[in-house]
Parts: sequence; structure tokens; C-alpha cells
Amino acid sequence: MSILINKNSRVMTQGITGKTGQFHTKMGKEYANGKACYVAGVTPKKGGQSYEGIPIFDTVREAKEKTGANVSVIYVPPPYAAAAIDEAVEAGLDLVICITEGIPVRDMIRTQHKMLGKKTILVGPNCPGVITPDEIKIGIMPGHIHKKGPIGVVSRSGTLTYEAVGQLMEVGLGQSSCVGIGGDPVNGLKHIDVLKMFNDDPQTEAVIMVGEIGGTNEEEAAQWVKSNMKKPVVGFIAGVTAPPGKRMGHAGAIISGGKGTAEEKLEVMEACGIRTTKNPAEMGKLLKSVLK
Amino acid sequence: MKIHEYQAKEILRKYGVVTPRGYPCFSVDEAVDAAKKLGGKVWVVKAQIHAGGRGKGGGVKVAKSLDEVKTYSSQILGMQLKTHQTGPAGQKVRRLLIEEGADIKKELYLGMVIDRGSQRVALMASSEGGMDIEEVAAKTPEKIHRVIVKDPFKGLADKDAEDIARKIGVPSDSVPQARDLLKSLYKAFDDTDASLAEINPLILTGDGKVVALDAKMNFDDNALFRHPEIVALRDLDEEDPAEVEASKFDLNYIQLDGNIGCLVNGAGLAMATMDIIKLYGGAPANFLDVGGGASTEKVTEAFKIMLKNPKLKAILVNIFGGIMKCDVIAQGVVAAAREVKLSVPLVVRLEGTNVDLGKKILAESGLPIISGNNMADAAQKVVGSAKGK
Repeated sequence: MSILINKNSRVMTQGITGKTGQFHTKMGKEYANGKACYVAGVTPKKGGQSYEGIPIFDTVREAKEKTGANVSVIYVPPPYAAAAIDEAVEAGLDLVICITEGIPVRDMIRTQHKMLGKKTILVGPNCPGVITPDEIKIGIMPGHIHKKGPIGVVSRSGTLTYEAVGQLMEVGLGQSSCVGIGGDPVNGLKHIDVLKMFNDDPQTEAVIMVGEIGGTNEEEAAQWVKSNMKKPVVGFIAGVTAPPGKRMGHAGAIISGGKGTAEEKLEVMEACGIRTTKNPAEMGKLLKSVLK
Repeated sequence: MKIHEYQAKEILRKYGVVTPRGYPCFSVDEAVDAAKKLGGKVWVVKAQIHAGGRGKGGGVKVAKSLDEVKTYSSQILGMQLKTHQTGPAGQKVRRLLIEEGADIKKELYLGMVIDRGSQRVALMASSEGGMDIEEVAAKTPEKIHRVIVKDPFKGLADKDAEDIARKIGVPSDSVPQARDLLKSLYKAFDDTDASLAEINPLILTGDGKVVALDAKMNFDDNALFRHPEIVALRDLDEEDPAEVEASKFDLNYIQLDGNIGCLVNGAGLAMATMDIIKLYGGAPANFLDVGGGASTEKVTEAFKIMLKNPKLKAILVNIFGGIMKCDVIAQGVVAAAREVKLSVPLVVRLEGTNVDLGKKILAESGLPIISGNNMADAAQKVVGSAKGK
């Protein structure tokens, strides 16, 4: 088992004719069961063409109908990316993973409003994607650093997720699924949503939760963990040294009005039974130490 | 992106928000002329910098004669204005706003932000205007009222606007005017892709008018591509020169107070790298995310920007290569180190795709590059180097 995606997922790439979309579709196709999983591409006005043997359609609906794709990954440039999410939601896909970085917040607020009452799950935007090791990779993460195993990883950051995975591998632990939820202030799945999924996933035995300064998502997730989580969770929050009022790369990584500091988050997490470390080089060791 | 008060007021006026009349001025003569043009007996001389707390720092003065306008303008123009938001060095005042005086009966507060909890735009309002709102939030949170704009397509509802106006003590005769002002504020916020709008204070005048006495607006950097009119308002004098330089090369750079330069791929890992330096007793000189597609040119520019910092004692490069291959980064680092004639110790930690090849390139370069085996090892080594050990 795993969460969100597995070898039976059928994926379409929105923005498959762009350089980024092509590169990562090819990498995804070459990873594990990718050949069977990547079934369609979508680029308006390019329908009828193909890329690496993958048929391209004009619309998401057509791609879904013709290929049975239920998941989409989006590499569409920022000005058009929110509309691409809207199209996937309208077509009734199960899951949309939006990699695009730099979507205006105003667009995401409208997209989120349109998603109310719809069944589609959104991961991202501005995220590395999701991987279920040795089964399927959807996104920009390097596949080869992962291995199937019992640990769930959820994170707001890309390379810091790879760092966590690298450390897990050093202590001999593989991963059930790794989910990058992205660094934007208005987005799809939050830490709490992914933790709920890991809690229900039989393969997952423990979870690493990597957060950042800004917002209160980590605190909300911690409160939920306290009363519901049946598996150990360990955490790290990036940005202890970040000055207030400065946006640290990610649009969402900003301490405003004294809220969203790393100390505050770490304190709440510890109080809720999540073991935390202030040393980003010790995430793997810490996780190992809480495994029974 | 931030803009000046007078620019924010110009935007808000277009949407129907009432503000005092005023003119931006770049010299004392212009300031006196502006006061003459405005007429009346009372003027306000306001320093224009991108930081709050200007009044407390001596950057806002009420003048009761043209002579006073001249005196205050010459005092304020060119001063290093220090506020709680500028840092100890302060910010040089290069622009003034000369406004007509206002008849203030009551000061209120309005703020509009992207609220992450509700994932919508939120309006905050308080009867306690003219003060630091964070202080109000800490001491008397019950005096801050919030309303969420639930449906972004419909905008701020009349009823919500009226309710919140009453809650902050707008008298019933002035409620319709306050409602319209709030709706205009939301329209301006939404149309311009603002990330923050603040009117502090919003005042009630003696004759019952609702007027924006101050205005602040920030904008979503990701949306600037569709707002050339906002980009035109950018004032580079108000920004850190190193950060401006970095932005030209699409580098995400923020100057900090320490002495260890950091070059990292990815925002989260970049923050974590700063954190681990601190943990081992050092202090980061900057945040720098070179992004996912760093070329040799980008890495070279990043080195140049870091090396301009006189405090710099050592540099740590921390790369977890995913799509970005370690050998490419290593070539970039070697080329950059040669071009800029590196004057401080350099510690490099590479991990991920093609890591062995990357390490080989560094080792064979003949440059005195210190290799870090993992993040902790690299951090300890760079902290030691910065201390001259």
C-alpha cells in the first residue's frame, strides 16, 4: 500500500509540450512502472501529436475519456496554471499534482473556491510532487534516491524532502510515499490531510513531517496528531534563523505579525507528542530512534 | 513588492477611497510649493520610506505655517529615519508627501491580508487606530474584528462591510460611506493582486467623513507580470542593493547579519542550512536559493554577490542534486571560484545525482575547497573556518 498514487494510477501531463513537462514526463515514464502509468498528455491545439509514444490531447476531458487517466500532473507556466487546475477539476480527475512555481495567490484563491464540493484532490502548487518508491514517480524529485519501505514523508519543501529521504536511506529505511505539499500560502493538501492518509495506510509505520516558518498548518496537524495518530511522527521546521517580515524563497515562508515562527511550531509539535529536532542533519536518526 | 504611501493613496483614490489632498515632493522647494498649492493653514510633512513607525521616528510633522513646512521638510529630507522596521542603520528619506491637515475626531484601523487559515482574503478592523496593530492584537485582541471574503467572485458583501464598520464604532450616519470605502478597498486589493493593504489610521472627521489618513500596500511578486503599472512604482533606493543585484539573475537572496555565506538549491534546504550553521555556533551572512536550474553563470554571480559583503569570512555550498546534477554544480563552483579569485575558505557539500563525479571535479580542480561529507560535517567545518580554525 501507499497513499495518493500507486502502480495502478494513470497519469496525464498537462503542459506536456513544454521543456519541463517533457523532461519530467520522460523521467517519470522511465521510473518503475512509469511506462504503464503515463498514458496521456494535454496541450491545447496540440491534440493528435505524441511525445515519447504518449498521445497528446487538446483537453483534459478528452484525455480522460480516451485513456482512462485519473491523475494529472501540471507543468503549465504560472499565468495559465490555475486555469489548468480548474480544467482538471471540471473533468472530475481524482488527483491533480501541480508542480508549477509562481502562481499568483489571487488565482489560487479563485481556483480553491471553484473546487468546493468537487471530489478532486489537489497537491501543490509549487511542490516537487509525489512518489511511491519502486512503483510510480509523479513530479521532479530524483527517483533513484528512494526505496520502498515503511516511512511516510510529508514536506513543504523540495530539496529538504530529498535530504530527509537521503537520511532515511542512510539508516536503512525506505518510504511508503513522499508527498511535497508545496511552499505557497494558498494550496491543496495540508500536513494534516497527508498525516490522516498515512495514519490509514497499512504500509506506513512512522512519518517524518518537514515544515517551514509561516502560517499555522504544522500546529493544526500537531493538534490532530495528539488525539488521533496511531503511528509515531517526528518533525523538523526550517527557518529558526529567518528574520521576520522577509520572504524566505517560498511565498508562504514568511513570519508576519510575530506568527508562524519555527520556535512556536516546534513547541506545539513537542507538546502534541511529535518528537522534533533542531538539527536538519538528524531527521533520519530521530525517526529511527522512535521506531519500535 | 512594496510601494510608498503616496503611491498607495493614488491607487486607492482611483477606487473611490477618500484621502487627504497631497503631493509627493523631492526637494524643500517643491514641498513649499505643494503647501501653497494645497492652501489652508495646516499641512503635514510625511517622510516616504518603505517602513512603518515613521511618526515615532520623527518622520511625520504637522506644520502650521509655510515657514514650518520649509523647516520640517529640510529636517526630514535626507535624514536617516530609524523605525522599528528599518533596522538600526535607518533608511534615508528621499521623498516627502505634503498633505493638507485633517480634522481628526477618531482614529480607526483597517487591514486586508491573505489569510492562510481560511485560504481567502480577510479584512481586519479595529477601533484602536493610529497604534501598532500588533500591539493591539497582543493586548486587547477583542478589539480586532475580522471578516473573511468567502466568495472571491462576489467580493466583500454589503452586510459584512456594514457590520464591521459598526463594530469599530463608525456612527450610523457614516456607515454607508464606510461600507463603500471597505468595498473599494477590497476591489483595489483584488484588482492589483495586493498581498497586504493597510489604512492606519482611518479617521472620522469632525463633519462625519471617513478618510484614509495613511495607506500601505504590498503586492504579490508572482502577479507582477500582469501589472506593469505597479512595477513602474518600484523604488530601488528602498531595497537592499545586494538583493536587487541578485534578483537580476533570478537568484533568491536575502542579506543577513552573520559572516558565513550560503549557496543552496531550494528554499527549504537553504533555510535549514542557515539553521544548522547557527546550531553549530556560526551565523549565516545570507539566505540564497539558486533554484533548480542553476547554470555556471548563475553560480558565479551568486559568488560575486556574497563576496561583496565585507563581513564574509567563509562560504558554504550545500547542494542536494536532484534534477540538478552534482557534476554541473561542481563545474560551476570551480569556474566561479577561479573567476572571482576566492578570498575566503569554501566548504562544499554535494549529495544526490552524480555526486561522485562532482566530488572528483572539485578534488581535481587544485582549488583549496574543503569537502563536507554531509550537512552536519559541512556546517561544522564552515563554522570552524569562519572562526579561523
